Amino acid sequence: MPGMHRHRLKRGARSSFQRVVQLCACALFNGYALGFQKGKIFKGPTKAACVPVLNCYSCPGALGACPIGSLQGALGGGKHGFPFYVLGTLALFGILLGRAVCGLLCPFGLVQDLLHKIPVPKFKVPGKIDRLARYIKYGVLLVLVVLLPAFALTEAGAYQPWFCKYLCPAGTLGGGIPLLLSNPALRQAAGALFSWKLLVLVLILAAACTVHRPFCKYLCPLGAFYALFNRFSFYQLQLDRSKCTGCKQCERACPMGVEITQELNGPECIRCGKCKAACPSKAISSNLAPSKTRDSLGHPEKK
Amino acid sequence: MKSRSMWGKVARIGMLAAALLSIGAGVAAGQHRDVLQKAVMVCLECIGIG
Repeated sequence: MPGMHRHRLKRGARSSFQRVVQLCACALFNGYALGFQKGKIFKGPTKAACVPVLNCYSCPGALGACPIGSLQGALGGGKHGFPFYVLGTLALFGILLGRAVCGLLCPFGLVQDLLHKIPVPKFKVPGKIDRLARYIKYGVLLVLVVLLPAFALTEAGAYQPWFCKYLCPAGTLGGGIPLLLSNPALRQAAGALFSWKLLVLVLILAAACTVHRPFCKYLCPLGAFYALFNRFSFYQLQLDRSKCTGCKQCERACPMGVEITQELNGPECIRCGKCKAACPSKAISSNLAPSKTRDSLGHPEKK
Repeated sequence: MKSRSMWGKVARIGMLAAALLSIGAGVAAGQHRDVLQKAVMVCLECIGIG
């Protein structure tokens, strides 16, 4: 029993660590407190840098630029050449951290994590539907973020940020609602599009109360991009099979439904560390530079 | 297995170098200024107005 108590304490400590990192990242990316008071956005030079997460640059507190908004702008109409700067920034975070960005740094991920704590009945999406629906985010990345902004131009030849305009819930939550609350002129201008975006936001937030991180699992184009790097990133989880008892507690604890023992660093793992905390035999570890003696699935390397 | 691990490391470092080079190329082409220019304006589409 004392062992179980200690194990529960360890799980709590890991969850608190994740929460502290998430809150610090949220404060860091949205540190312009005056913006919320004045209803205006920050216009300083740090906005030339893309933050690694979905964080609308029209949020009054935002100190950096949203990479997805910037990518659509850079691709807009194909007038600006290849988007080296934005894609390079995204690839840098991808290769360093993979989807740890989603699990530890993303403010909208934090919002979904907190909503999932509300004590309402939880829903598990059936396996086959869940597996297929996870591909939607790659479609969102390809169609709404890349193809439509690059090629579907208005009659005047202007591009549209399709993802931001029609789907992004972070823009409505972090940018739209605070700006409309503090700016009467913008409130007057809000129409059908704002109602649509509000509906999308409400649906995603309501879903997040019952399903863990539905936006990250099924719709987020940034999660789709980082998923491509998950197997190669410097930051990796490792499973020591000599310690693993096959109890599957890690898989039961995983909020993303990853089969830990089969695909530990698969594209859906957000490196939140819940599996690590749940493992009673301490078989899972995380490392910035993967161990020399075990591969990412924990198989000992043959000399 | 050892050579696979070594190739993994080489691939990681190669991708890191490519990402840094890409950022450098973007900065040299002034793409960071385009990002800044867009990010300091309220994006009406993003907030559901435009």
